[in-house]
Amino acid sequence: MRVLIKGARIVDPGSGRDAAGDLLIEDGRIAALDASATSASADQTLAGAGLVLAPGLIDISARLREPGYEFKATLESEMDAAVAGGVTSLACPPDTDPPLDEPGLVDMLRRRAKSLERARVYPIGALTVKLAGERLTEMAELDESGCVAFSQANVPLTDTQVLWRAMQYAATFGFPVWLRAEDHSLARGGVAHDGDIATRLGLPAIPAFAETIALSTLLELARATGVRLHVCRISTAGAVELLRRAKAEGLPVSCDVAIHHVHLSDMDLGYFDAHCHLVPPLRSPRDRDALRAGLADGTVDCICSDHTPVDEDEKLMPFSESSPGATGLELLLPLTLKWAAEAKLPLARALAKVTSDAARVLGVKSGRLEVGAPADLVLFDPQAPFQVTPAALKSQGKNTPFMGYELSGRTRSTLVAGHVVYRSE
Amino acid sequence: MLNPQLNVRGELQHLLSIEGLPRAILTQILDTAESFVGVTEREVKKVPLLRGKSVFNLFFEPSTRTRTTFEIAAKRLSADVINLNIAASSQTKGESLLDTVSNLSAMQADVFVVRHAASGAPYLIAGHVKPHEHVVNAGDGRHAHPTQGLLDLYTIRHYKKDFSALTVAIVGDILHSRVARSLIHGLTTLGVPEVRVIGPQTLLPTGVESMGVKVFHDMKRGLAGADVIVMLRLQNERMRGALLPSAQEFNKHYGLSAEKLSLAAADAIVMHPGPMNRGVEIDSGVADGPHSVILPQVTFGIAVRMAVMSIIAGNG
Repeated sequence: MRVLIKGARIVDPGSGRDAAGDLLIEDGRIAALDASATSASADQTLAGAGLVLAPGLIDISARLREPGYEFKATLESEMDAAVAGGVTSLACPPDTDPPLDEPGLVDMLRRRAKSLERARVYPIGALTVKLAGERLTEMAELDESGCVAFSQANVPLTDTQVLWRAMQYAATFGFPVWLRAEDHSLARGGVAHDGDIATRLGLPAIPAFAETIALSTLLELARATGVRLHVCRISTAGAVELLRRAKAEGLPVSCDVAIHHVHLSDMDLGYFDAHCHLVPPLRSPRDRDALRAGLADGTVDCICSDHTPVDEDEKLMPFSESSPGATGLELLLPLTLKWAAEAKLPLARALAKVTSDAARVLGVKSGRLEVGAPADLVLFDPQAPFQVTPAALKSQGKNTPFMGYELSGRTRSTLVAGHVVYRSE
Repeated sequence: MLNPQLNVRGELQHLLSIEGLPRAILTQILDTAESFVGVTEREVKKVPLLRGKSVFNLFFEPSTRTRTTFEIAAKRLSADVINLNIAASSQTKGESLLDTVSNLSAMQADVFVVRHAASGAPYLIAGHVKPHEHVVNAGDGRHAHPTQGLLDLYTIRHYKKDFSALTVAIVGDILHSRVARSLIHGLTTLGVPEVRVIGPQTLLPTGVESMGVKVFHDMKRGLAGADVIVMLRLQNERMRGALLPSAQEFNKHYGLSAEKLSLAAADAIVMHPGPMNRGVEIDSGVADGPHSVILPQVTFGIAVRMAVMSIIAGNG
């Protein structure tokens, strides 16, 4: 099977390439680029004129809600959402019900995902049994069943000795550990950033130093154990600065930010908009600007959707009682483009945060347009308007602070291993 | 962003918070309340402004005093009043807040008076009621208690006449206080030049200065020359959350004694939203003394709530 994509603007963030050309796919892999592709005969040809051809997006945090929360979303609905958003690979955190803490569960999730023939799914295993923060999971077994990293998701690990042991054990086998930085005690009961807005609204608050204190602990333990640490969903200026210094010192650490935190701040809470109830909380505009600066200078490695479908009823509640989280798989591309335009960044540099850089964090070979690489691709129209409405989203979760926004950027085709898995009407 | 409290003509549709209300509306409420104070002193204490209307007191959090004053206010306006203590009924059966409200709405409510433990709950309700229905916030979490704020403003205006040269000191647990937040917004909107908050760091919210107040940790300095002193209730549970060591130590540093009161202006008034903890935030000698206007506050509270309900119901 040979597929030819003709006349697209080919953007490869890994190499910095941004030029018109053709791309040939053979047996699920990129077989040729430009002149050598143009002359080839193909079984299927996709017209790329006016479109950008880029590596498919790699979203390093998307909750698929299976097993356990099928009322919020199902694997089918969320995998449809992924490919409609141009996402060809995604990592799912272990906070399912039951959590991904044994090989059988991981295996089942991977089989289910594979049978749907859409995006590639990379499960992240639980670091501790039932995420309870007491006993270590069988990490080596979980690794064999396909886990790419180990995490506590949003569940706090309060016992620092267990955290230390878990990092030592993971480091023994070279497994990456993905953790959020949040001091459990300081964050207790809080739902909003501790600042002027939460004070005015009377919302229980989480101080910025709940993140930096926990991050300092994580960095010290990473230094002590040599574990490959990935810090998930940073939200504060202080965390960006700590990570900048840790990287300068040569620590093997990476970090990500959720796309919501790139665009929004606590000012967006308005009159208690429960769609802005996120974990971590939306911080001050100054923090948001620091996250953007960190993305631009490379301190922040990648952007994820932190896709969290929530049942509508769980958002129709007072802010502090509502379920946190926002849907995001289908908004990751347009919101990354919006950030690129606002930050005046070249398209290739912005897309790197959701392709090649995300692939490096995840440790996968996709995310690049090289001969021999898997043909996981997205063909999108960067100028096409995208009005965010419930009907426009395939995800079962319609919960987003961006509802009603007029964005730009629509996926036209998504290919995984050379197969067209999504085509817009 | 559209102000959810106002209708398209800029009139008061719901009373959710004092924040965001123009000075003209605050003054309208206070002036209307003044006209009702006479009513409450008459032999026949009723006016027919809300005849045929239904007022639902929806209390998701227990309250005796506020619920009673709303009930009296509604009855003096000739409304039918239905009291619902939700904490003890449908919420425990798992019914959602909005389902409860829709059900009551189907019983032809005109005004919902809502108290809820979560900040912002009345906004959610106001966003889902029918156009002719009105929501009055009777206290939501730590966020707002606008009718209490308004009755405080009324009391201050009654005794001090003019807001433009006053120093007002609010003392105690600002962090958890919806009363303090509402009063601060009201005072700054009406042009009070100096609003002070006094308390230990554990009971002051982050960035409270951004609301236009001066922060004092030393009560004696904070009370110096104050024309109005507002004492806040201290909940016993604050001792459990590591916010304070003991009620005794709090009383020593932040309780209003005759000695501390002597540092304020000679004609200072002392207010308290009630219920009081005598010997904790306020000494009995002060609570019952010549500077205290705590009982008149309660009387004015009925007139203010009558004013609020008659104004919103009159706005269609």
